[in-house]
Amino acid sequence: MDKKLIVSLSPHMHSGNTVKGAMYGVLIALIPALITSLVFFGLGALIVILTSIASCVLFEFLIQKFLLKQKTTICDGSAILTGLLLAFNLPSNLPIWIILIGSLVAIGIGKMSFGGLGNNIFNPALVGRVFLLISFPVQMTSWPEPGQLSSYLDATTAATPLALLSADKSVPYSLLDMFIGATNGSLGEISAIALLLGFGYMLIRKIITWHIPVAIFVFAALMSLICGMDPIQQLFSGGLMLGAIFMATDYVSSPMNKRGMLIYGAFIGALTIIIRKFGAYPEGMSFAILIMNAFTPLINTYVKPKRFGEVVKNG
Amino acid sequence: MLKTFFLGGIHPAENKLSAQKKVELLDLPKQVIIPLGQHIGAPAQAVVKKGDKVKVGTLIAQAAGFVSANIHSSVSGTVLKVDVAPDSSGNLKPAIFIDVEGDEWEETIDRSTTLNKDITLDSKAIVDKIKECGIVGLGGATFPTHIKLMPPPGTKAEVIIINAVECEPYLTSDHQLMLEKAEEILVGVEILMKSVNVSKAIIGIENNKPDAIKIMTEKAIAHPNIIIQPLKVKYPQGGEKQLIDACISRQVASGALPISTGAVVQNVGTAFAVYEAVQKNKPLFERIVTVTGKSVQKPSNFLVRVGTPISNLIEAAGGLPEDTGKIISGGPMMGKAMPSLNSNVVKGCSGILIIKDLEARRKEMTDCIRCAKCVDVCPMGLTPSYLMRVSELSMWDKAEEDRIMDCIECGSCSFTCPANRTLLDYIRLGKGKVGGILRARASSAATK
Repeated sequence: MDKKLIVSLSPHMHSGNTVKGAMYGVLIALIPALITSLVFFGLGALIVILTSIASCVLFEFLIQKFLLKQKTTICDGSAILTGLLLAFNLPSNLPIWIILIGSLVAIGIGKMSFGGLGNNIFNPALVGRVFLLISFPVQMTSWPEPGQLSSYLDATTAATPLALLSADKSVPYSLLDMFIGATNGSLGEISAIALLLGFGYMLIRKIITWHIPVAIFVFAALMSLICGMDPIQQLFSGGLMLGAIFMATDYVSSPMNKRGMLIYGAFIGALTIIIRKFGAYPEGMSFAILIMNAFTPLINTYVKPKRFGEVVKNG
Repeated sequence: MLKTFFLGGIHPAENKLSAQKKVELLDLPKQVIIPLGQHIGAPAQAVVKKGDKVKVGTLIAQAAGFVSANIHSSVSGTVLKVDVAPDSSGNLKPAIFIDVEGDEWEETIDRSTTLNKDITLDSKAIVDKIKECGIVGLGGATFPTHIKLMPPPGTKAEVIIINAVECEPYLTSDHQLMLEKAEEILVGVEILMKSVNVSKAIIGIENNKPDAIKIMTEKAIAHPNIIIQPLKVKYPQGGEKQLIDACISRQVASGALPISTGAVVQNVGTAFAVYEAVQKNKPLFERIVTVTGKSVQKPSNFLVRVGTPISNLIEAAGGLPEDTGKIISGGPMMGKAMPSLNSNVVKGCSGILIIKDLEARRKEMTDCIRCAKCVDVCPMGLTPSYLMRVSELSMWDKAEEDRIMDCIECGSCSFTCPANRTLLDYIRLGKGKVGGILRARASSAATK
């Protein structure tokens, strides 16, 4: 027989899972939130989202092509995801040039400077967002009221429910408004129901597990009670839902096993509420996630998965 | 809820193309090449020489050492030579070449098909008979069976667990054996129970073989001490530790022997071979081999004599397809890719799987995205991505600390990885290195 055979070690089968598949899966899970942001913020949302995605993809392409001189990986969907998540963390009246700076920081510093997808320590979209928040505090904290579909930079703004809560003022929105998203805030964070739909989708598709989001919810609620705040209002306001479901669960910057994930989530939940209560900013989600991103390697080192033979079940 | 093991596991596509295909007798080849190392442990020593006449069942090589097994001729004819022949990995290994003349069996072998239920031998005689007949584990590991039936001092067997899960995709030889030889298997299990003086046996069968579960359950009514345990379909349930966990909910501790849980695990094919050895005085020289693959014309289950050239099996299944890329001895998850067709059926060969060229190639590997899917599927609770990384970096102390030696090489991690990382390749490398370090440490501790 002269035919050349392929010889390799087992296994000789592959599941067909791909990085691309996982990234696009998350993008699909973000569609409900995308729709709500367009419904409530119209033109502004469209401009911010398109600018953010396009610039993130472009910056990744340019950096890989000309700076690192490596094969471009923009097709794997991770740059699109970073762009969309960054946009979801921005107000709908943010000028384009600020968005571009945010994208450059997210992709350039947050992701590519560490070696690209899989090597970054921090969630790139949050790196971009927090950079903008600290650099442009006025623009980043003026939130248009929902329903101004044809306005962009000229939209009238108002304080967010979270800012009001933080200043001990009453919130003009009902809990139902906060649940469906008819409040002002960052593009993607307003609608809890849309985000929870995405959560359900990702659980069914097994893109993520429940551990991180649920740990965040539980510990944020507990910490709210301890701090004397209404846990329901805290869970449904600000970026907590978006952060817990889509940002904290970022594969790359979160721990590698269930136990680690629970610890990581618990700290994010508790830290968020502490920052909201005592910090200078009304919102603490982004900071809490970034702080815990930094602890992920430590968690991975000291918290090991449940070993076979570790727990003896009763026969 | 069906029982299964509790940590990790995957669901590869089953592809049982040859399921419910009746076992066919493969024509005798013109020549057989019987390797001397068909089991784990020392290769057997040839006791025949060129020109010797042998019959079917004649002892041709004797166990050399404690962990070793006898080998018997699978054909009648003349010994051509004792030489070397390529094994399934392509390495040249000692083997006995026999030219086939007729099909004359040793008179001591009972060739009748009547079911022989009465077990007359005592436990010691059973173990001796199994040893004499060269029975080894037929699930693929080929560990000499008689050793498993002699629990080391300080341990006690409590239950026999029969591995009939056949969790590897494609393979159907055990399935078909159960459909055709249910009663013989049950008697074989009774023999195994008697050999280690236990009064309970569990046969674990995955739920994707309802016909086998049905027939085994019916026939087991006559054997009240044998439980047929349907199991949820999950790979790698056929792993010894996973099967013990699934059947009796006990876990073998890291580094401990399975017998520490009181369980003695044997493959269902082995149970049948034990029946034939003890009740029919028939040594192990033939077995059922599944020949399968998506492009194979006629996926089949063949009863094959040990030493038959692999190419004969493929011919009988319709020939080698044009688009062949890889030929595997065993299943797709743990089987070995063969470099050529120049090898022969051995005791542990459960299947020949032919993979299309398109499916045989690995996809390009990209950076780890730390999605932790490998951690989720690992049945041993390891962190494959970390073990790969430390093996790449030759950090053997870290690998040892993170229990690299616990890996059972099931391949679930590599199967699942979205970045196509060659996790198991590197873990194997690490296991080899760490194993060497451990042995060196043990021997230096012994000399002190």
